[in-house]
Amino acid sequence: MRVSDFIIPLFIAGIFIYGIIKREDVFSAFTEGVKDGLHTVYEIFPSLFCLVTAIAVFRSSGAMESLTALLEPLFSFIGFPPECAPLAILRPFSGSGSIALFGDILGEYGADSFPGRVASVILGSSETTFYTLSVYFAATKVKKTRYALPSAFCGDIAGMILSAVFVRIML
Amino acid sequence: MMKWVITIMITLSVVFGILSGNISAVSTAFLEGCDSAVELMVSLIGIICLWSGVMRVAEKSGITESLSKLFSPLLSKLFKGLKKGGRAMQYITLNLTANILGLGNASTPFGLEAMRAIEQEEKNPEPEKASRNMIILTVMNTASLQLIPTTVSALRLKAGSENPMEILPCVWIVSVLALTSALLGVKIFGFIYERRKK
Repeated sequence: MRVSDFIIPLFIAGIFIYGIIKREDVFSAFTEGVKDGLHTVYEIFPSLFCLVTAIAVFRSSGAMESLTALLEPLFSFIGFPPECAPLAILRPFSGSGSIALFGDILGEYGADSFPGRVASVILGSSETTFYTLSVYFAATKVKKTRYALPSAFCGDIAGMILSAVFVRIML
Repeated sequence: MMKWVITIMITLSVVFGILSGNISAVSTAFLEGCDSAVELMVSLIGIICLWSGVMRVAEKSGITESLSKLFSPLLSKLFKGLKKGGRAMQYITLNLTANILGLGNASTPFGLEAMRAIEQEEKNPEPEKASRNMIILTVMNTASLQLIPTTVSALRLKAGSENPMEILPCVWIVSVLALTSALLGVKIFGFIYERRKK
């Protein structure tokens, strides 16, 4: 048993108990929320479907490997371990894909190696940018995301470069 | 944005597939990919419904409002023009808190609800275009705010790391700097976009 195992059950029970004390109809509030949740699922499904399929196709084509090879001189120029290059490229697109790649890197070079540490910091300090952007905007009527993507990429690129820099300095 | 992403990805895949002789793999990937998309969605339905339900209870009894008032001095600096303690602010607070605590599955439903609440509250004259508050919220969600990266540490432990948590200080610094860069990006690109409009 870990402390973190307590948080979610206690949190949920606490909310229901507080609601009852406040004399709210917690059951109909809950079901109303579930209905909204289903609506959310319905709204985001089409873009999620499109993106997940496209990423699967992209990964199967071998385009990722060629892209990595193409960018390798750039990566080594900024002191970024080339072993982590595929991870840096895949990370913004696919969560499960980058976790699989991360496992490969740890298995091949060791968790406490330089590439292993950089990969850990990359994975721990970034999110699946494309997935997040498409799902979040799918919940609204927005078609033009304006400067959301360039700004998010600013953060991603900074994170990738700095991961290598800080692993060198601190570990 | 997405129309370009999707077209480029599919075109590149087909071209590379033909050039590298992987075209049969590409062909099966279409079928398997759409299958796994459905699987992913189905696995999300339960968790989205659970948190939407729980949080509606919290909203009705006023918990989320108190929480959002607590954080509003900080958040109102980032998100401008939203009603203090309003529905949008409440869900933004929940989304960011869930992110920090690493409740990844909970933060998405809160974030989506926040996006819709922002949309309703702002009454954007051009609903097709993303508003600044929407962009800030999504960009913050594309950066990692998570305090303890549990998945990464678990995988490091499994791979035989001597000290799976040693990366924590590094992760924190890089996360904060990446988030800062993304928000700086919002400032700079936002400025350029507004200018171009005039």
